[in-house]
Amino acid sequence: MIMAQIQQEDKLDLAPKKFNMWLFIFTSFMFFAALTSGFIVYSGGSGKGIKIILPHAFMYSTAVIIISSVTLFIASRAAKQLQFEKQRLFLWLTAILGIAFLAIQIYAWVLLVNMKVYLVNSNASQSFIYMFTGMHLLHVIAGLGLLFRALSGSYKNIPQVKNLFRMEFAGIFWHFIDIIWIYLYVFLLLNQY
Amino acid sequence: MSTLAVHDHGVESHDHDHEHHHHDTFLTKYVFSQDHKMIAKQFLITGITMAFIAMTLSILFRIQLAYPDKTFPLLHTLLGRFAPEGRIDPNFYMSLVTIHGTIMVFFVLTAGLSGTFSNLLIPLQLGARDMASPFLNMLSYWAFFLASVIMLSSFFVQKGPASGGWTIYPPLSALPKAMPGSGEGMTLWLISMVLFVASSLMGGINYVSTVLNMRTKGMDLWKMPLTIWAFFLTAILGVLSFPVLVAGVVLLIFDRSFGTSFYLSEIVVQGQVMPFEGGSPILFEHLFWFLGHPEVYIVIMPALGISSEIISTNSRKPIFGYHAMVYSLIGISVLSFIVWGHHMFVTGMNPFLGGVFMITTLIIAVPSAVKTFNYLATLWRGNIRFTPAMLFAIGLVSFFISGGLTGLFLGNAALDINLHDTYFVVAHFHLVMGSAAIFGMLAGVYHWFPKMFGRLMDEKLGYLHFWLTFIGAYLVFFPMHFMGLDGVPRRYYAFTEFPSMARWLSVNVFITWAAIMSGVAQIAFLFNFVYSIFWGKKTTQNPWGSNTLEWTAPVEHLHGNWPGEIPTVYRWPYDYSKPGHHEDFIPQTVPYSETMSSNLSHDFEDNEAGLEAFKKWQIANPPREEVK
Repeated sequence: MIMAQIQQEDKLDLAPKKFNMWLFIFTSFMFFAALTSGFIVYSGGSGKGIKIILPHAFMYSTAVIIISSVTLFIASRAAKQLQFEKQRLFLWLTAILGIAFLAIQIYAWVLLVNMKVYLVNSNASQSFIYMFTGMHLLHVIAGLGLLFRALSGSYKNIPQVKNLFRMEFAGIFWHFIDIIWIYLYVFLLLNQY
Repeated sequence: MSTLAVHDHGVESHDHDHEHHHHDTFLTKYVFSQDHKMIAKQFLITGITMAFIAMTLSILFRIQLAYPDKTFPLLHTLLGRFAPEGRIDPNFYMSLVTIHGTIMVFFVLTAGLSGTFSNLLIPLQLGARDMASPFLNMLSYWAFFLASVIMLSSFFVQKGPASGGWTIYPPLSALPKAMPGSGEGMTLWLISMVLFVASSLMGGINYVSTVLNMRTKGMDLWKMPLTIWAFFLTAILGVLSFPVLVAGVVLLIFDRSFGTSFYLSEIVVQGQVMPFEGGSPILFEHLFWFLGHPEVYIVIMPALGISSEIISTNSRKPIFGYHAMVYSLIGISVLSFIVWGHHMFVTGMNPFLGGVFMITTLIIAVPSAVKTFNYLATLWRGNIRFTPAMLFAIGLVSFFISGGLTGLFLGNAALDINLHDTYFVVAHFHLVMGSAAIFGMLAGVYHWFPKMFGRLMDEKLGYLHFWLTFIGAYLVFFPMHFMGLDGVPRRYYAFTEFPSMARWLSVNVFITWAAIMSGVAQIAFLFNFVYSIFWGKKTTQNPWGSNTLEWTAPVEHLHGNWPGEIPTVYRWPYDYSKPGHHEDFIPQTVPYSETMSSNLSHDFEDNEAGLEAFKKWQIANPPREEVK
């Protein structure tokens, strides 16, 4: 009995784990807040701004990541309604959109390089563009990992509780990545001149 | 939900004396343990090891400071190329100072202190089986361990460890060729700190989540011991401030390795013009101190929490001003984020901004003073038991006061022009966060040793350790104030080279011998610690007559902490010497219905039914004349 009780407490308390994810999001948020404050301190102190028009590619990537949030939302809802086929389909869609986002961001770097806006730059404001996007891409890669974990769980028919947990876990993070990107993009747009 | 778990495990039947059916191998029990109590011990032992190493480093540079021109053949034997002809190499001297600071601040007083006691006490004092994520907890320790190994490994690279100071300001840290320690040593420092931050974040996330989600029945936030409040707020500070350091370090790594110019502007190194342009080292200082200042509270707050608990227990009195204690911890936590500029008063900061930072800094004196007055008021007329833990906790209060007072001078933007970067600063922070925090940690070790190892530490050795360390620490750091007032700058290699500093040489000799004495005193602790783990006197379940939940758990460690149900909590943790009760402590697990003779009306604030029952009882049992 005691054992069963302990096990029950151990096994099913997923709420703290989910809470851990929220806390991680706070740390991530602070990280990006620090980077953007760094930008403000730098550009305020040196008087050097970004001084270019950002490539349009960033606009497309923004659209893509917003759509991916919608598809993930649909996948989550499907999972709750026990429509696992639909869940998998939309998870795949989300992951593909995520990879597309990654590709567009890298393409945007190529465009930047063509504009002679390099990472190694005497105007660090321009280097900051790479820092923002690069650090954000690391988060996207981690997010993709969580998406695939949810996906593999769904294929393996893990218990519904865990399936939903993985979906939520991935969901919290993915929507966060989305919001952070919008924040970074708007921040860059506001500072591009 | 619960049906699933029963499906998984409920079918197994048990003899009730078999607590658990894990077959722990050596590896899962002692090495890759996910049990919070074992992880706490791992943190403690690693922390103590690092502390001894860092202390040895400090004695090495103290020898150099006391005898700058003498040669000690022994040093050459011990350190080889770092002490050619028995005199410490100037670059190595800088490395010693840097690594001493880094290890003490991060590895001992952050990981060693929070890691040990948050891990041990959060689940035990809150009534949880373990942390929110035991696996993350294990990772946290191993990331810390790896970070420690990498930090120490930098002593074995050709040019020696990082040497730009523990604050690693660029350009010294950003240009690999700037000085010997800026090379591989600095790289290793950065790798180590990245792992360390990862460890801290994993730990911190776990602590916050456990405190908010896994308290036992009845344990509302205002029934938590002050230790838990302190660990909780410390963890929040860590979670919010360490990412900022990561951001700063990421930019630094790009400057170092990829040639960006975030922190570097036009600079010539060894006759070579570097390609950097337009960067600002001040930017790094902002990012660093945005972590750095909360970091000093990350260091001191757990120590304050620990001493609250120990002082109350050993004064046999409720802590004075429990709510004020919590609010001042919260106040310190919030303020800690808006004072970082006081580390940068002389970087050319706008004097108006300096004034703002000065005001926020001085406001911190308020909650700090609230805390110290509350400690003193708790001690006042207490029935004090001078256990070694209690002595160390009182020692903390002493250091916190004498070190805190000089904070008022340093927090003043005008005075800081004179005092910055002098020995006055060294004296200040070694007292207020160095000595105070290490005393908090030692107090915790003495107090919770029975909980960790099931045995008691020797008291006599504890007293010896306390007095030698306490006196030694004051003898070391007090004279430094005067050196600082005279304008002696910190981190200088040989006082004999500067006529204005040469007259302080005799003081340096004095400080060095005091440091050696306190260093030797730690052997008493080390011996006591190791000996007591194996051969100490066996402890009873509640050796200090304490109220908190960890003492209701059996002495033998179980995975899951309590053999049966988790105890329920009915009262706050500081019911010591409550009038009318037959004992001088009432554990948190004792309901008010069992302590009618000592109940007071305000114990039933949100409990109408209880108050009614109590009133009835009072009428039935009219108070008798006190027997004097």
